[in-house]
Amino acid sequence: MHNHTLAELVNGLRNKTFTSVELTTHFLTRIEQLNPNYNAVITVTRDQALDAASKADQRIAAGDSPALCGVPILHKDIFCTHGVRTSCGSKMLDNFVPPYNATVVENFHRDGAVMLGKTNMDEFAMGSSNETSFYGPVNNPWALDSVPGGSSGGSAAAVAARLAPAATATDTGGSIRQPAALCGISGLKPTYGRVSRWGMIAFASSLDQAGPMARTAEDCAILLNSMASFDDKDSTSVDSVVPDYCASLNNPLKGKKIGIPREYFSEGLHAGTERAVQKALAEFEAQGAKLVEISLPSSALSVPAYYVIAPAEASANLSRFDGVKYGYRCDNPKDLQDMYCRTRSEGFGEEVQRRIMIGTYCLSAGYYDAYYGKAQQVRQLIQQDFVEAFKSVDLIMGPTCPSPAFKFGSKGDDPVAMYLEDIYTIATNLAGLPGMSIPCGMVDSKPVGLQIIGNYFDESLVLNAAHQFQQITDWHTQAPEGIE
Amino acid sequence: MAIKQTEIEKLATLSRLQIDEKTIADVSERLSSVLSLVDQLQGADTSSVKQISRPYHQSQRLRDDVVTESNQRDAFQEIAPDTHSDLFTVPKMID
Repeated sequence: MHNHTLAELVNGLRNKTFTSVELTTHFLTRIEQLNPNYNAVITVTRDQALDAASKADQRIAAGDSPALCGVPILHKDIFCTHGVRTSCGSKMLDNFVPPYNATVVENFHRDGAVMLGKTNMDEFAMGSSNETSFYGPVNNPWALDSVPGGSSGGSAAAVAARLAPAATATDTGGSIRQPAALCGISGLKPTYGRVSRWGMIAFASSLDQAGPMARTAEDCAILLNSMASFDDKDSTSVDSVVPDYCASLNNPLKGKKIGIPREYFSEGLHAGTERAVQKALAEFEAQGAKLVEISLPSSALSVPAYYVIAPAEASANLSRFDGVKYGYRCDNPKDLQDMYCRTRSEGFGEEVQRRIMIGTYCLSAGYYDAYYGKAQQVRQLIQQDFVEAFKSVDLIMGPTCPSPAFKFGSKGDDPVAMYLEDIYTIATNLAGLPGMSIPCGMVDSKPVGLQIIGNYFDESLVLNAAHQFQQITDWHTQAPEGIE
Repeated sequence: MAIKQTEIEKLATLSRLQIDEKTIADVSERLSSVLSLVDQLQGADTSSVKQISRPYHQSQRLRDDVVTESNQRDAFQEIAPDTHSDLFTVPKMID
């Protein structure tokens, strides 16, 4: 059952080929047996899952089965889940049990999905390797000595290892697309504002966006149909009609113009990754699309701009973690200041503390204009590059990551080496555009991802292009060894 | 750009963090590395653009001034580190 796509499982449940209880039990057993190899899932909600599966079976029997009725999924541990610990990969929230559901979780509940549990992640979504989690690193199912990517490493590894057909994830600078690429699965970051951020623990509020991870573009389309909604509890949620993302999957790509940024194929790109991506682009040409070289001249400024803006927003968002109303509190604080400082120093890991301090520095008096003000201007330059490009192309494509999955600890002590892993993904977040990664090849037995970037709210075309590629290639069907 | 130890201490205070003296040099080196990365922004010509705080234009939605939330004090206090009656308690801060 675990080799079926989510779409096939939806049909199997509707046709009563198997029940949701059978399906859910199957995946719970797989998690119990295989998760120790990957550390992808940090909370399993066994009783809740079986109860939800049983109720789903009753609904299916009664002929009332919403879109995802009975389908088991995992949620990244950044989404508040009522009554279920939500840790954000941090000691700070190791004891936090939310009194409400995130809107994304509510949407899946509305549509009948069954929650199997919560996935591991880089602490507070800050990382590109899933090495910063309080619960330990996640192992890439394709190479256990290598990272799965981050921050949604747990979700990506779980889907790659077939511990679940799908998982929710979030992306602030590449945290859906980069782990999707390194784990050989499909992952989509929607347009900013497409999916509600209510109940999604905030990292950088002008960049964060939730999205689906699954093994195919079609599965991502089905999931996005549930995830996307207008939410008046999120002031940045966009009140526009959510299309049926499955309706246009089979549209032909003939005549579509695909922009290839020259800046994404320069120094620093692994030769094997480049070959795989170029081969993938040739497949789109063979389908009648036209490849057009474009330039995104401010690309090189995207990582510096991000590492001002994201930490600045994080320093504000994480100021709520003070030991007063929820989460970790240090033992025996001698006064309020001591409580704040020791709670935060003991509760946050090194990378989180570093980003808070960078953000505080960039926002502080004397540095605000030179750093934060300047970064906000560069953000407009980056956004303008894309707006200009989309006047002449329909999609933009290139590599998701500069190289395949790297070994644990290989980025050393310099944080900047890790930050550069997101060199191709960050600009999409700064501009708020939709972006997706799909598998397009293998290098040294490790997956390579192709990134597809669309215009604002054009997820339908992004998914259409990805699906068409997956009709004529089989990279997305390949599975790592040792998962049976 | 190198960041001085006195600046690290000030940043820690502003961030409500406590940096162990034994690790300050290490913290300083890593922060300085990140600041060298972001200093690349200074070379950008931004004379023709304004600052933007969000990816595209959005207006703040307003709603009617009516109460929509219910009292969830019990649920919120249930997960608090320490409470007394209806209050969240913290160490004494006023002499």
